Amino acid sequence: MATGHTDHHHEETFISKYLFSQDHKMISKQFLITGMIMAIIGMVMSSLFRLQLGWQGESFWILNFLLGDKWAPDGILDPNMYLALVTIHGTIMVFFLLTGGLSGTFANLLLPLQIGARDMASGFINMLSYWFFLGSSVVMIASLFVETGPASGGWTVYPPLSALPQAMPGSGLGMTLWLVSMSLFIVSSLLGGLNYVVTVINLRTKGMTMTRLPLSVWALFITAVLGVLSFPVLFSAALLLIFDRSFGTAFYLSDIHIAGEVMERTGGSPILYEHLFWFLGHPEVYIVLLPALGITSEVIATNSRKPIFGYRAMIGSILAIAFLSFIVWGHHMFMTGMNPFLGAVFTFTTLLIAIPSAVKAFNYITTLWKGNVRFTPAMLFAIGMVSTFISGGVTGIILADSALDINIHDTYFVVAHFHIVMGLSAVLAMFAGVYHWFPKMYGRLMNRKLGYAHFWVTFVCAYGVFFPQHFLGLAGVPRRYYSNSEFPMFDDLVSINELVSIFAIVGAIAQFIFMFNFFYSIFRGPKSSANPWGSNTLEWTTPVEHVHGNWPGALPVVHRWAYDYSKPGKDQDFVPQTVPLEEGELDGGAGH
Amino acid sequence: MITFLIILSIVLAVLAVGQLMRVFEATSKLKGEVSPLPTDAENKYQAKMMLVFLFGYFSFFVWLVARYGEFLLPESASEHGIVLDNLLDFNWYIIILVFVITHVYLFYFPFKYVFNKDRKAYYYTHSNKLELLWTTVPAIFLSVIIVYGLSAWVDITMDETPKDAISIELYPKQFDWTARYAGVDSTLGNSNYNMISTSNPLGVITPASLAQKIAEIEAEIAEFESELSLAPEGGLKQEELTELIAKRNRQREKVKSFEALEGLNRGNDDILVKSEFLIPINREVAFEFRSRDVIHSAYMPHFRAQMNCVPGMVTEFHFKPIITTDQMREKTQNPEFDYILLCNKICGAAHYNMQMTIKVVEEEEYNKWLAEQATFNDGFTVSDETATTEEKSESNEISMIELK
Ligand code: HEM
Ligand SMILES: [Cu+2]
Ligand SMILES: [Cu+2]
Repeated sequence: MATGHTDHHHEETFISKYLFSQDHKMISKQFLITGMIMAIIGMVMSSLFRLQLGWQGESFWILNFLLGDKWAPDGILDPNMYLALVTIHGTIMVFFLLTGGLSGTFANLLLPLQIGARDMASGFINMLSYWFFLGSSVVMIASLFVETGPASGGWTVYPPLSALPQAMPGSGLGMTLWLVSMSLFIVSSLLGGLNYVVTVINLRTKGMTMTRLPLSVWALFITAVLGVLSFPVLFSAALLLIFDRSFGTAFYLSDIHIAGEVMERTGGSPILYEHLFWFLGHPEVYIVLLPALGITSEVIATNSRKPIFGYRAMIGSILAIAFLSFIVWGHHMFMTGMNPFLGAVFTFTTLLIAIPSAVKAFNYITTLWKGNVRFTPAMLFAIGMVSTFISGGVTGIILADSALDINIHDTYFVVAHFHIVMGLSAVLAMFAGVYHWFPKMYGRLMNRKLGYAHFWVTFVCAYGVFFPQHFLGLAGVPRRYYSNSEFPMFDDLVSINELVSIFAIVGAIAQFIFMFNFFYSIFRGPKSSANPWGSNTLEWTTPVEHVHGNWPGALPVVHRWAYDYSKPGKDQDFVPQTVPLEEGELDGGAGH
Repeated sequence: MITFLIILSIVLAVLAVGQLMRVFEATSKLKGEVSPLPTDAENKYQAKMMLVFLFGYFSFFVWLVARYGEFLLPESASEHGIVLDNLLDFNWYIIILVFVITHVYLFYFPFKYVFNKDRKAYYYTHSNKLELLWTTVPAIFLSVIIVYGLSAWVDITMDETPKDAISIELYPKQFDWTARYAGVDSTLGNSNYNMISTSNPLGVITPASLAQKIAEIEAEIAEFESELSLAPEGGLKQEELTELIAKRNRQREKVKSFEALEGLNRGNDDILVKSEFLIPINREVAFEFRSRDVIHSAYMPHFRAQMNCVPGMVTEFHFKPIITTDQMREKTQNPEFDYILLCNKICGAAHYNMQMTIKVVEEEEYNKWLAEQATFNDGFTVSDETATTEEKSESNEISMIELK
């Protein structure tokens, strides 16, 4: 099953090694660093609009300094700019950090290493995937500098708002660039995804059956399948929107009178866009979440020194979640006037997803039970991730209920829910992944003390930002509001907004601890050994110094599942997958 | 005060980072024999932090409920809202229970089973019994939630609107609302976006408004034609004007075709109001929603009611108010309390300030108020120029083409 491609040493130039690299380990680093830069931009944006939300209508020189007189005259944020910041923040966080950044980093790093392959199925396509990603990031950032401002219709860019430049300034050139950027992004995702799928199916080393794959591989594999099936639908949505914007069609437009003019194009429906968008949009949240769950599984098992509990059930729930995620998109559209019967069906399917999700949460907790828990920073982040996954997941039960959604749809309750369950879970898991696999990526160790500090400040601030927002939502505060001081009914909530903003800003600043630790350790961190955490999976059998083709000699052969931690009768508390089964020993994953 | 808080938090953060750097420098001195794994002391410390966090998290929750619980929405002012509030409470009981139990275990286990090199973890790969248990128990709870939730949903959205319901259309545009009452005939007149003009913001179709709109269009065509005769041959201006004239001609044909519609007089008695509308207590109100430009959403949180307003579509929602504004003012002990209609779908710069006050009153007061309002045929008391919203966005400044 291995590729014939072995370790030939050709001279590599700087360009072929660092820029146009076809080596999955380098591409993984490229995705990580690009994702981090995008994340910083997204985070700064959130701090800027949090200034406005926390202290509405107050003047901040920093706003004027960063945004200029046009968008923040006298240091007061302009409402159009507020919407633009929210939109690009959401787009960056969901797509660039947690789709491209997360999958790009970890699928690239882990898939070949954990299945025992020399590289991705196609190194060239892999490289293209990164370059499309970089291109789309550059276009998205460039759109910030457009005269009329970047796209501002929310990250979901519903038409007609996004289709008509008359509707808001951001729907001009900014929106065009948004669509160009997203098209490039989709190409990147599809190229990457196809490659990941093919790699996992074809390049597993000898003995690496599907039921011996680490859960991280399962998660990244299914994520790629989800992406390959759903991103084309987003592409079609974007394409039709491009047609409506530029070529006079009316896929999404009908009966519109705007800026004093009747629009003659009729017959379309904005609801069509919503269907197409959410057909991607819901699987998208699992594209964000599944890799996070995969990383968490590895980190928790390794640092509990204990097999992940219910390995097969974990795979089963990944598959169930993936399947169900395609038939629940309507829960974003309960209030569009859809047939109530259809709404009922979507409520039903959505609530079904709670079952496999609950199984996962319980299995993580059981994995911790009677473990031997080592608190590495990665482990803290993984435990934190399970906490946010539960805290955000339970409110999903409320939002899935079409009847309850009547009153909380599009309020801050939704903002709280999706940030906690998707945003925080995925970000915490991404941090867990970086701390855990940093020695693999850079051959060095990150500083643990800084890791602890980073975790606690981040974790506390994360809840400090998003937990109180449930209360705003239950008080009826709509999302995407530049200000809520126009409504006396929200006056009592001013202090919540202030509290949230303080947590947000402190939390954002705390990320510099991580940045420092990360970049410092790349160059000056203490050297790592080959298997610093005592892990079972194959990536830790490769040498510390990266070699092209991953293993200098023959490919490793796999004899057991990935979770033989603390197996009775072994002297060590871990048994790498490459160790043959002893006479009469049962393989933990296969055994029933 | 605010600036002070910000400065304080920045200073604290800087101090924290400085402190950390010190620790960091100290530890990196020991470089060379750095173990990747946490020391026993670190493990013990972090294990304790698990419990500290658990306690802090729950306390934060309790504090938020205590501090802000009373500022959530007051009791439901609509009949179906009571059902929804009960359903929500029921969900909360289950959710909070699950949240608390799982969190206790999630943070207690790592605390309890902190690393000890003399102990081995329990090699426990799976248990069909346990896994079956926590598949079926959530499934049972969810079935209850689904059945309860869907029965509420069906009752609210799938029941027949009573015959005697009051019909009101809520019509949004960037960035305000207009409410239209059906008038004495209890039927809303036809409307079409081709009919919209300064004096007819909703595009209501009546014999008079038809004649007026046709006259308007023709006047415009005449004006464009005279401009056209002055425009230089072959220029851009000429092309533009020719196109505009063609467009107006097509619009005129459209508008003319409405003359064949049935019930043209139904709109005569319609009543249009802005900034505030009244509804009587204990009468079912059937709302219809359209939109002039982009998607908006009519959100009336006190009535637990919401529906998107989509261009090209008519959507509906109905409810029965059961508490008057005056009663609610007493209940909330807030003499300024008002029911509010908000826009809840991002629609542009002033999305955050598209509001209308809703007054629930006794039936007589409602009838009296309605009788005082001018009907559509009497000419409107509202026109587009009186838009209340601050016009902040540039797009707003694109001036309305004057239709004379
Ligand atoms: C630095 C921490 C963060 C803060 C303070 C923050 C805050 C906010 C706030 C206040 C909004 C606007 C809500 C509204 O007006 O509707 C928002 C929107 C959003 N955020 Fe975040 N957020 C953060 C991190 C994230 C992360 C990690 C994600 C990844 C999932 C994310 C995804 C989104 C999305 C998708 C939106 C919706 C954008 C839209 O309405 O179009 N955010 N965020
Ligand atoms: Cu969804
Ligand atoms: Cu609106």
